[in-house]
Amino acid sequence: MRRNYWKIGEPWVWATGAALSVTLLIAVTLIAVIMVNGLGVFWPGKLQQLELKDGSKLLGELIQSEPVHRGEGLRRQYKIANRDLYGLDFRWIDETEILRADHPAAAIVLEREENGDFFGFLDAVQASGLELPAGAAPYAQLHAALDQVSVMKAAGHATDQQLSTASYRLEQLRRDQLKAEYQGVDPRSSSYQELLHEQERLKVDFEHLMKQQRKEQTNLRQYQATFSDANGRTSNIVLADIVQAYRPNQLAWHQQVIFYAAKLKELIVGEPRESNTEGGLFPAIFGTIMLIFTMSLFSFPLGVIAAIYLREYAREGVVVRVVRIAVNNLAGIPSIVYGIFGLGFFVYGIGSNIDKLFFPELLPTPTFGTGGILWASLTLALLTVPVVIVATEEALGAIPREFREGSLALGATRFQTLLRILLPMASPGIMTGLILAMARAAGEVAPLMITGVVKLAPALPIDGNFPFFHLDRKFMHLGFHIFDIGFQSPNVEAAKPMVFVTTLLLVLIVLAMSSLAIRLRNRMKKRYTFSTF
Amino acid sequence: MPTTAPQPTVAPIIEVENVDFFYGPTQAIHGINLSFPRKQVTALIGPSGCGKSTLLRCFNRMNDLIDNIDVRGRITLNGDDIYAPTTDVIELRRRVGMVFQKSNPFPKSIYENTIYGLRIAGVKDKAVLDESVERSLKGAALWDEVKDRLHTSALGLSGGQMQRLCIARAIAVNPEVILMDEPCSALDPKSTARVEELIGELRKEFTIIIVTHNMQQAARVSDFTAFLYEGFLIEFGQTDKMFMKPKKKQTEDYITGRFG
Repeated sequence: MRRNYWKIGEPWVWATGAALSVTLLIAVTLIAVIMVNGLGVFWPGKLQQLELKDGSKLLGELIQSEPVHRGEGLRRQYKIANRDLYGLDFRWIDETEILRADHPAAAIVLEREENGDFFGFLDAVQASGLELPAGAAPYAQLHAALDQVSVMKAAGHATDQQLSTASYRLEQLRRDQLKAEYQGVDPRSSSYQELLHEQERLKVDFEHLMKQQRKEQTNLRQYQATFSDANGRTSNIVLADIVQAYRPNQLAWHQQVIFYAAKLKELIVGEPRESNTEGGLFPAIFGTIMLIFTMSLFSFPLGVIAAIYLREYAREGVVVRVVRIAVNNLAGIPSIVYGIFGLGFFVYGIGSNIDKLFFPELLPTPTFGTGGILWASLTLALLTVPVVIVATEEALGAIPREFREGSLALGATRFQTLLRILLPMASPGIMTGLILAMARAAGEVAPLMITGVVKLAPALPIDGNFPFFHLDRKFMHLGFHIFDIGFQSPNVEAAKPMVFVTTLLLVLIVLAMSSLAIRLRNRMKKRYTFSTF
Repeated sequence: MPTTAPQPTVAPIIEVENVDFFYGPTQAIHGINLSFPRKQVTALIGPSGCGKSTLLRCFNRMNDLIDNIDVRGRITLNGDDIYAPTTDVIELRRRVGMVFQKSNPFPKSIYENTIYGLRIAGVKDKAVLDESVERSLKGAALWDEVKDRLHTSALGLSGGQMQRLCIARAIAVNPEVILMDEPCSALDPKSTARVEELIGELRKEFTIIIVTHNMQQAARVSDFTAFLYEGFLIEFGQTDKMFMKPKKKQTEDYITGRFG
């Protein structure tokens, strides 16, 4: 009876179920941790004011509480912000030290361009040049002032834009000049002189713009407001530095929702601030998606064509078997090794030769001879090509012999058979390979770190300046962003929420791209495989 | 040991002379001599592994797909040597169509399936294609069933319809010979009956060589029958004579079901 139980295989069925459950549990837990920590980051927390036993006061946002190590009671962690005043953003308080706690309605949070948040109270607005509602409460005055300052800031942005265009054109002219000198153009020739004139003219423009920008800046910085912290220490803060001001203890729930949505929007379309720990992630999102697409552009055709040769044209033998084993083993090489190869082969090998051939006038400043999105994509393509090859080979091999023979028997050549019958039928399997390759590429960080990813890229790899696609540019990437703010940031504690948010975004992007590919695959499956039998 | 057989009186289209066939070191066909009469149905019968499918696949050089094969002797189609180095295999396969054991319509529409052979030959004229679709599907007795859904997927057809579509596909390129490799072995009796009926119609225009395991089928559809055993041609002759009065003991044993 007992023997029979084992023989029937019941325990093995249970074991398979258990294995699946464990895998699911791990995946669900991971996603849940990321979701819980990532989604809550932007919800405006309430500010608590504590009176401590030593007579001092503290205003902060409760982050967590935990049992005191080898003692009794709890200790709480507060975010107290005001890095410029205290030096630290976070503070641990023993519960036994707390005399009283309340939520003062007037407590205000300032998000600033520099030094993180400010928690405190508003004293007065000093903005003599602005039109403030006379007799209104200071908070209303602050918002009126902030609105006017933001209009001025927007005008300043236009100047910034002009400045960056001017500097880009200056750089182009400098390159043209270098090129002309390299080619030995006569310095007295009209074209060269014209170049110099143009440069002079632009320089004047540039200086003028710089002056204007400086003037605008000084003008803006005269508008300030006085704030005080919980202990009455006052601080003058320039209005132009304030990104957002709000009183969290007075927000109704719908205001909280609006606040949350606004922060989320900033995250997706905004630029990063404060060494990436605040602000948006747009350049990193853009860089990640573009990297994956460029990678697919290289690895997909290369992998499919290589697999076609291996499966359809190569004569089965020792060589093909060795190649196949090698391809399969490529997938097991640590990704950093690919990175080093990419650096040595693409960047220093091909890149520096491109520079010698096409941009010799700029040397020793490298153009392609340094990390960039093109080299990073190629490195990732190399890394993912085995996945595409294996998937394509499997897909081609899984097509029953009859279809191949049926086509050949009608007088089709092997190539016609491949193009008209085999590839369409293999397409769902090939798509699966592409999905796996994309997911793998999206998660890689190590090879990127030495082939062109940067903490903060000055410009996107695609912009309005000719030739629009700047594949030599360095780029930002969500995966590297996680590593950078999580481990390289000067203020790791303050960056923690951003780590979770970035992770969540990366997971969502991978999810979105693979679901798109999976939908495509299912459509192909429906078209090219048997539905009735 | 070359086997000689009585030659039929009808003018032959495919002639097999002293053919040996090797898969690597294994010899699958031993010195076969055979003439296939024009516009007749010839059945190849014999137990599994007797070489009948291998022989059939020599006629359109389908065996070329297998590595390590060797064909000796001479096979001619209308006098042209099939295995001559100058033979264009693509051209040969247009002259010798084939229907397989398992129906294999392509994952395309019924229309596209039917004209696949013309498309790859480069025919683009819509009128020619339309005409060919109608003629071929009518020829394969499928027209009435599918004429309203020509542009739907062929994968939605029943097994019997699929096999008839494969026949339509084969006759669309107007071959001289149609090879059939156990075309009914995966079909139910009703579909089988329809395909057999169809073979009877097709023989008016085409030469048909059919491999079958089914004695009754061979007796019903074929004009001539060749019995192969372990790579040797044992007996060849008119079907009715052979089934009524086989000359060889082995043939009699096989036909009456004593082995095989």
